[in-house]
Amino acid sequence: MRTPPYVVNIGPQHPSTHGVFRVKATLDGERVIAAEMVLGYLHRSMEKLAEERTFTQNIPFTDRMDYLAAMTGNLGYCLAVEKLAGIEVPERAQYLRVIFAELQRIASHCMANGTFVNDCGAWQTPLMYMFRERERILDLFEMTCGARLTTNYMRIGGVSFDVPDEWYPAIESLINDLPERIAEYEDLLLDNEILLARGRDVGVLKPDVAINASASGPLLRGCGIAWDIRKADPYCVYDRMQFDIPVGHNGDCFDRFVVRMEEMKQSLRIIRQAYEELPGGPVNVPIPLALRPEPGEAYARIESPKGELGFYVVSDGGPTPYRWHVRSPSFINLTVLNDMVVGHSLADAIVTLGSIDINVGEIDR
Amino acid sequence: MRLLNWYDFDPFRELYEWLAKHTEDWVVYLVSAIVGCVGILTFVGLGALINVWLERRIIGRMQVRRGPNRVGPWGLLQPVADAIKLIQKEVLQPDLADSKLFSLPPILVFIPAMLSFAVFAWAPDMVLANLDVGVLYLLALSSITALAVFIAGWASNNKYALLGAMRVIAMMVSYEAPMVMALLGPVLFVGTMSVAGLVAWQSHYGPLAIYVPISLVVYIVSATAELNRTPADIAEAESEIVAGYHTEYSGMKWGLFYAVELVNSLAVSAIVASLFFGGWWLGGLEEFVPPWIIFIVKTYIFYFGLIWLRGTLPRFRIDQLMALAWKMLLPLGLINAGILATEVLIWREADLGDWVLAVFAVVNIALAAGLLILFFRVITARLYRLPRRPVLVPTIQVPSLPAPKTTASLNPPAAAP
Repeated sequence: MRTPPYVVNIGPQHPSTHGVFRVKATLDGERVIAAEMVLGYLHRSMEKLAEERTFTQNIPFTDRMDYLAAMTGNLGYCLAVEKLAGIEVPERAQYLRVIFAELQRIASHCMANGTFVNDCGAWQTPLMYMFRERERILDLFEMTCGARLTTNYMRIGGVSFDVPDEWYPAIESLINDLPERIAEYEDLLLDNEILLARGRDVGVLKPDVAINASASGPLLRGCGIAWDIRKADPYCVYDRMQFDIPVGHNGDCFDRFVVRMEEMKQSLRIIRQAYEELPGGPVNVPIPLALRPEPGEAYARIESPKGELGFYVVSDGGPTPYRWHVRSPSFINLTVLNDMVVGHSLADAIVTLGSIDINVGEIDR
Repeated sequence: MRLLNWYDFDPFRELYEWLAKHTEDWVVYLVSAIVGCVGILTFVGLGALINVWLERRIIGRMQVRRGPNRVGPWGLLQPVADAIKLIQKEVLQPDLADSKLFSLPPILVFIPAMLSFAVFAWAPDMVLANLDVGVLYLLALSSITALAVFIAGWASNNKYALLGAMRVIAMMVSYEAPMVMALLGPVLFVGTMSVAGLVAWQSHYGPLAIYVPISLVVYIVSATAELNRTPADIAEAESEIVAGYHTEYSGMKWGLFYAVELVNSLAVSAIVASLFFGGWWLGGLEEFVPPWIIFIVKTYIFYFGLIWLRGTLPRFRIDQLMALAWKMLLPLGLINAGILATEVLIWREADLGDWVLAVFAVVNIALAAGLLILFFRVITARLYRLPRRPVLVPTIQVPSLPAPKTTASLNPPAAAP
């Protein structure tokens, strides 16, 4: 029976678009025959606003881009400015940056995997368990810099505060507890036939399409391509850390899910190494409040939880950046959504969207 | 079999006897019927409130949080507060909705949910309507709900609601078949369709669950699907189609849909408790404890099972759910019906003693285990094709890019409808 196609607005207000994001989906029955993405509902014009503020004043913007991974946002921007101004960061700050970036990765992956299983229909339960672990990480952030979500912790030339005394036992117990917890989740979720049925062979991304679209992060690694900025272009002290890159088999939603699960374990490995080698000394170098880098440009990239996060900063010698541009992984990863959902059912489209792990704050900026 | 044989509710028995002595027969009939209806309505109404609390509280505990604990002791008054809030809320109705049809479904879904409680045996002599076709009646009521839900989805004039309604129709029609096949099991085995009769048989021979295990599994799976609860809540899949057929309903109209969901779950638990686990029977304990308490406790044990499922499992996709019904449950139900019919024939015709029932139980449980494992393996084989853990690679490896004239395209043009 032929039925006329009809358009369904998924979003901007919808339980699983993870923010104010809209997909104009043309459906034939339940099958998606076209999906048009409509962006811009959360546009805050950060790249333009940043041209009016000093280099230091721009750090809080990076919190509010990917608000689930504020630390990595801070880090990417600070690295770019340090590269531009030629600032050397003390050893201890480098290690603290690695520890906090990896903690943030675990927190962000907790959120990503929790909402992915939630999108698959497990009524909030995995999400709540993942939140339990995320809470402990946010507690560590709060101890160190007073904020939980928009941390504004990294500074140009180091980090804003040294860790307090109560931080050490807290992170030790976290490092000791988390492997057990993650193993428990793997036991529960990796053998769940319904989750497998929802994730396997759903939203398959071909490796060549992923590379052509310049996808990055777990989305790219899920396709079986071992690519990680921490290895390819090491920043901070990642070249001293031992860790593996998890890659998937098939490029489907389930692969992205298990890759994130494994990355949490690898992040814990990095945190343990960095914590054990944590040197003493200052945590930042004094820089002028109105930093005036030499005219020039710099691009720094890091492996944020969502993928390759790049900051492009141009200075004309003044106290504010001449141009400030962000290469946000969510935005670029989202471009392959169309390839993954067209031809599949509406339910699969939602799961696929959840598995990309987008953050609308970062897409729209 | 008397139509009116539930005088055993002790405080009322004396009233009925007094009435029988001093008035006409029809007065006893009328008074007992009214008392029965009021009793069941009270139980169901209170049950809906208690279930709200239980559901939220137990799922809260399963989700490592506390659940409602502010209103009243242990949050017990939370459902009351919810109900008051819902009644106060404005009932919105979309402009383009069909206003008559839009108001009808909340009432229409409530009636079958309530009616299904009429045929349960609360105690040996406590059945409001001891229908000879009780099982058929329960099946019929469960299908009426589909109609009301479809009206709701259609009248809302909302695409999400219509998607939900389409899913409900597809699912309900599919799951009727395995459900009937499942309930055929106990009916064939015992030889009656009366719920009270089935329970009475179990009080002699033990719970039917051990004689017809496949029926039990098939029934529980198809009933969960029909209830629209996780793992089969595709009709109101929150993450996909917002709230499905009741997207546009608000206030107490929505509240009725929600209450019906809980009452239906309770009804399914009661069906499982009566048909498969002996209803009011508990190995002689019913002599000391009021049988209706045993029945309610059993019902709530299965209700807890439903809550547990809801708190644990992800959701099927609609085609997977359909495949489960047609490829797994229906063949299982057919095989089961064949086996049971043969066994009943042997039992009746060969005039064997009751010992043969024990043999049947062992055979059926072994068959159930074997068949379920076989079907499960066959159905899930495709899923286990690839390893479930990622490969760990110590260094970066990037394949060389394909030649520029790659056929893989980004965002290909939409296929012509």
